[in-house]
Amino acid sequence: MATTNVELHETAGQARVQPVVNNMSIQVATVNGSGSQSSNTVLLRSIFQMGVPVSGKNLFPSNIAGLPTWYTIRANRDGYIARKKEIDFLIAMNPETARDDVMSLAAGAAVLYDEPLHLDSLRTDLVLYSVPFDKLVAPVCPEAKLRKLIKNMIYVGVVARLLDIDMGEVEKAIRKQFAKKAKAANLNLAAAQAGFDYAHRSLTKADPFRIERMDATRGKIIIDGNSASALGCVFAGCTVLSWYPITPSSSLAESMIEYLKRFRIGPDGKATFAVVQAEDELAAIGMVVGAGWAGARAMTTTSGPGISLMSEFAGLSYYAEIPAVVWDIQRVGPSTGLPTRTSQADLLSTAFLSHGDTKHIMLFPASPRECFDMATEAFNLAEKFQTLVFVMSDLDLGMNNWMSDPFAYPEKPIERGKILTKEDLSRLRTFDRYRDVDGDGIPYRTLPGTDHPAAAYFTRGSGHNEQGQYSERPEDYENNMARLRRKFDQARSLAPLPVVETMPNAAIGIIAFGSSHWALKESRDQLRDEYKLASDYLRIRAFPFAPEISDFVRAHERVYVVEQNRDAQMFSLLKLDVDTELVPKLRSVARLDGLPIDARSVTEEIAAMEAK
Amino acid sequence: MATTPSVPKTNRLGLAVLDYRGGKTTLCAGCGHNAISERIIDALYEMGVQPERVAKLSGIGCSSKSPAYFLARAHAFNAVHGRMPSVATGAVLANRGLVALGVSGDGDTASIGIGQFVHLMRRNLPIIYIIEDNGVYGLTKGQFSATADLGSKLKTGVVNELPPIDTCELAISLGATFVGRSFSGDKRQLYAMLKAAIAHRGTVMLDVVSPCVTFNDHEGSTKSYKYMKDHDEPLQEIDFIPVFQDIAVEYDPGTTVEVTMHDGSRLRLRKLEEDYDPTNKVRAITRLNEAKERGEMLTGVLYVNTQAATFLDMLNITEHPLATLPESLLRPQRGVLEQVMEELR
Repeated sequence: MATTNVELHETAGQARVQPVVNNMSIQVATVNGSGSQSSNTVLLRSIFQMGVPVSGKNLFPSNIAGLPTWYTIRANRDGYIARKKEIDFLIAMNPETARDDVMSLAAGAAVLYDEPLHLDSLRTDLVLYSVPFDKLVAPVCPEAKLRKLIKNMIYVGVVARLLDIDMGEVEKAIRKQFAKKAKAANLNLAAAQAGFDYAHRSLTKADPFRIERMDATRGKIIIDGNSASALGCVFAGCTVLSWYPITPSSSLAESMIEYLKRFRIGPDGKATFAVVQAEDELAAIGMVVGAGWAGARAMTTTSGPGISLMSEFAGLSYYAEIPAVVWDIQRVGPSTGLPTRTSQADLLSTAFLSHGDTKHIMLFPASPRECFDMATEAFNLAEKFQTLVFVMSDLDLGMNNWMSDPFAYPEKPIERGKILTKEDLSRLRTFDRYRDVDGDGIPYRTLPGTDHPAAAYFTRGSGHNEQGQYSERPEDYENNMARLRRKFDQARSLAPLPVVETMPNAAIGIIAFGSSHWALKESRDQLRDEYKLASDYLRIRAFPFAPEISDFVRAHERVYVVEQNRDAQMFSLLKLDVDTELVPKLRSVARLDGLPIDARSVTEEIAAMEAK
Repeated sequence: MATTPSVPKTNRLGLAVLDYRGGKTTLCAGCGHNAISERIIDALYEMGVQPERVAKLSGIGCSSKSPAYFLARAHAFNAVHGRMPSVATGAVLANRGLVALGVSGDGDTASIGIGQFVHLMRRNLPIIYIIEDNGVYGLTKGQFSATADLGSKLKTGVVNELPPIDTCELAISLGATFVGRSFSGDKRQLYAMLKAAIAHRGTVMLDVVSPCVTFNDHEGSTKSYKYMKDHDEPLQEIDFIPVFQDIAVEYDPGTTVEVTMHDGSRLRLRKLEEDYDPTNKVRAITRLNEAKERGEMLTGVLYVNTQAATFLDMLNITEHPLATLPESLLRPQRGVLEQVMEELR
């Protein structure tokens, strides 16, 4: 076990330790509902503004107020922004968890704690800083009822002093955070300053951690995946959004509503969109299917339990060939599961969602940038293939703050697929809704309201022939299902292709997808540097699988499929899809405990399997 | 009083009745649903509705098959069981120019579909929602539905021991703005009500008792032809004068209520009950409950409100159908993205 830090540590209080610069993970332990989110965002932004790569992960309970919550900021000069298992710097504000939080730290870690917690006697191998938050907050915040909130900004100032974060950057971050509330900004700034001054006056720096200005974040943005997805959908020309609130997907809909109101009001002052908060997920998907049928770029956003409820409509959409986009911000199941924790465990249920022979296109964004880009891809694919497209995000990607490259304006036009207009119909005279005219399995459709006597057809979830008429004839059924399979297979090369990254002398192949990507980026370096195990890496971006995925497996002796679920769901989908002789090459690294996957766990597991 | 207008060979669009017909029915001979399909054809023809502007929507069941038997020139969507309201909502949002015509049954609405039904009623979405109500499941061979009356008997002798859901009462209390009950056997009343429904702007909910000749037309049924003939208690004699028919006919305000519809058409209700005011929500619900106690089957226009905002008004949706807006209105300009990126730096 070798983390990048441990070798540099020595027991606190002994001879001066070597500084650890721009490589640490800071955890803030608070109570949810205490307003610590603003302080944590300010801390994250301050480090980001110092030019140091960061990520922020919120570990919160399914609760409104009063339960423990942890926020972890990772700063890393090499750009590793996945979750790191070890905590280097703990800010202990929650009496309920403080003891456990401190006991779980590795030797050499630093702890900043609220004085009344008296944590100093717990461990002798840590660097402990005691701060009398209540005494410090009183003078800067005369209003007693605001003190609970303002108190949290004090630790930002203390940390800034201890880690050498420029107070100018802290001020900038506070001003940004409270952009529309100058009074609140000043109050918070005073609190941060009070913390900084206290640390300057009363604390002696004894830990090795430091933030030093670098230049690795220039031009980058900080955004959560759900906001990125929402923005992507606004630019993808989404016209109908129907949704039902569910963690962790609600913020996608809510942030989309904000963007739509800002950017999608037409010249007549009216909305070029419709948003409905539906009565449940069945209605949400029903509205989306109805809207997609009538020609809207329609979408919903949900999580696992919603996906389960949408099952029947998903089959209808597949069989009646109706386009729409569904965002699945995956959380931990089964059932209600862990509603505020992350997973990649909806793959199998979504790939074949609904009864009968049903299959769906899935996209796997790995970053906010891809959330944005894949929005346009998803709508275009849905209309091109006249079917549902599921975008499989997750809580870690969707709700956490990520450092990202800025988004590029979508170059692909809004593609509506095979729609026949009144003019087309005048030329063609007739049309058959489910006939494979072009040999690609994709039929033509007309939109309700098309002003031509030949435009109408009957849409049904029951058996139908090429004309859309009710049919129970065996050949009609079989031909239609064969065409649907042909259509689905076209998506292999038209959906986003996998991304491959190679290393010289790679001994193994690794396959991953979605938010696991960031742990893999780090893990592959660890495997190479610590175990002399170079790897090639393929990141899957869509299902059905591109032919390149089989090629990748063929080209490697052993291929590890890494994913965040118990049952090796992507591994299973691959086994169903690749040539039979390739199956023995596949190995599974599947794990899920509700926390975002970390590089160390992946590294150790692959190394152990390779050692066998 | 105007009688049924003489039917010209073509309507104001120059279309013949044939242009409003559909496929041959596969329902049982004598099924009330077929009569309702005929009245829908007549009303759409008479009102001169362009067939291509109509979207026919239904769920699952005998009733939901019927959109195949009228208006072949309109798009149709036979959705999943009990979920037509959501599909219809999506379709209307996508294209506000559509005339949404939803056909459901009592099982499709009041049992499996009750959740979507009540929420549809709340929104006042522009739609005509017809329940072809026979109190039983036909396609699965005669089980009770949730509109079956207390004490009514199945052919097999099974007696219904649960109270019925009154879809009209629900619709009125939840926000539907045109609510009526009729009987598939009352041609004149249903025809007039359907024409008014077409002129209405907002949610129209018509519960049409439509006897199931195979499973629920026997002695002991409260949804049989005979029972309806014996218990039908019409509230009004209904006349509808479309806006394009400029007929001036005197009426006595003491005996007749005239409602001016959103498009200027006039709905004339000659009161058979002196104190019934179809614009009074509370009275409508009370009267329905009185009828229940007296064992009457109250029919007619129960409630109408021509002033309420529709769901489209509430959402402030642009006039042009969302479905066919050009890319220039759907994708914000480059500068907008740059501005957002700057905010996130």
